[in-house]
Amino acid sequence: MTTHTAPSPTALYDIPGPVTRKRHRLYGFVSTVLILALVGWVIHLLFDTEQFTSAKWTPFEYKGIQELLLRGLGNTLKAFAYAAVLSLVLGAVLAVGRLSDHRVVRWVSTLLVEFFRAMPVLVMIFFIFVALKVQPLPALVTGLTLYNGSVLAEVFRTGINSVERGQREAAYALGMRKTQVTTFVLAPQAVRAMLPTIISQLVVALKDTSLGYLITYEEFLHAGKLIASNLDYDLPFIPVVMVISPIYIGMCMLLSWFATWVAKRERRNPKTKAVEVAPAEPGTLLPGVQ
Amino acid sequence: MDVLTQNFSLYGKGFLGTVELTVYSSILALLLGFFMASCRVAPVGSLRVFGTVWVTVLRNTPLTLLFFAVLLGLPRFGLVLPFKVFAVLALGCYTSAFICEVLRSGINTVPTGQGEAARSLGMTFGQTLNNIVLPQAFRSVIPPIGSTLIALAKNSAIAGAFSVTELLGTYKTLNELGYSIIWTFVWIAVGYLIITLSISALFNVLEKRWGVAR
Repeated sequence: MTTHTAPSPTALYDIPGPVTRKRHRLYGFVSTVLILALVGWVIHLLFDTEQFTSAKWTPFEYKGIQELLLRGLGNTLKAFAYAAVLSLVLGAVLAVGRLSDHRVVRWVSTLLVEFFRAMPVLVMIFFIFVALKVQPLPALVTGLTLYNGSVLAEVFRTGINSVERGQREAAYALGMRKTQVTTFVLAPQAVRAMLPTIISQLVVALKDTSLGYLITYEEFLHAGKLIASNLDYDLPFIPVVMVISPIYIGMCMLLSWFATWVAKRERRNPKTKAVEVAPAEPGTLLPGVQ
Repeated sequence: MDVLTQNFSLYGKGFLGTVELTVYSSILALLLGFFMASCRVAPVGSLRVFGTVWVTVLRNTPLTLLFFAVLLGLPRFGLVLPFKVFAVLALGCYTSAFICEVLRSGINTVPTGQGEAARSLGMTFGQTLNNIVLPQAFRSVIPPIGSTLIALAKNSAIAGAFSVTELLGTYKTLNELGYSIIWTFVWIAVGYLIITLSISALFNVLEKRWGVAR
């Protein structure tokens, strides 16, 4: 009986006995049939509305269309790269501001962080795009940077505050200045601990680059829209969605999995002994509640 | 200031649109999230897989892509509904994945011993769930549900850009009427702040009333 891994009880379910196991098998069978029926119905619907005709799928064989899609993907990744780097920088700056000894600096950075976290990203992007009349790419990058930078500032700050108190005290006792304590002792440990959260927040930034579509930035979704609204190819909207979404979702999933992997790795790392490694979740805390 | 007083009805309509969208999508997200969470903790393998796939896919989908697919894609299947319903559907399904994870981790915070004790007292599954597990899980999920619903309210701005009546969408009309664009956005921002801060305040009250420190 010890050869296979025994199921452990949870708060809700006990380890099933023979009768319950039989019942669970029945439930499993019924739910599998239901889920398969649902999938089958969707596939039937796709065939029924003629989404798999060759007229709708041939455009993807043309070089021009492929290049259009690739250029869109490139623009998406470009916006993501800019936004990621800049929001890490802004996050670091705002975190330093929030941890400052000077009251005015602290207040100003707190105000900025709280404001940009409370605003919808899209409102900021539209404000920069429409009111300040900025080009789409800088508008998108600025909007994403302001939002993700403020969230990352909170992540960094939480990380630095969660390093065991003894580390800070020992560093001060050695005669280090505040800057030295932060840069040599606290920040390296905080970044290690917060790396999964930071990467998860970058997933949010990657997802939000698709907002560029709404301000006519020529990114991936925009390229898809161009193909989808082409009458020559019989308006291949569903095929376009079926091509674009796996790529988009795949990219985000890869980054999410990377965050989970980092979290697992850092938890085993002896260098994170004095701080607790955060789970791989984006850091959107409720303002006001900790 | 003029922008607000002269177009109060337009702003009011947009504001109510956002509130409506937020409330309906929250209800959908909470119900669907609860269902998916119960799938994910079920002892039946296929339901667990279904819940996991739902959460993993939706959490990694850009919301704009989802709106794009739902608002412009579903009509291709002959499903013609008002844009608002589509927007609620997209927002609700997207947020349900996050709610599901919050609820699941809430249920996981309840120690196994609690359930075992309840069962050894002879409680049925329903009694264990309603009297032991859910009351304890509920207390620990209040703050994360609050953040998720605030994120939902902020995400509803995307619906505005897809021409659903909504607070952000008001800028277009006002821009055409020639009002100062900066002040237009200031009042839109104030509108969103009112909504997010009231959700925050509501959940602070709930947290004070029912929350426990673990």
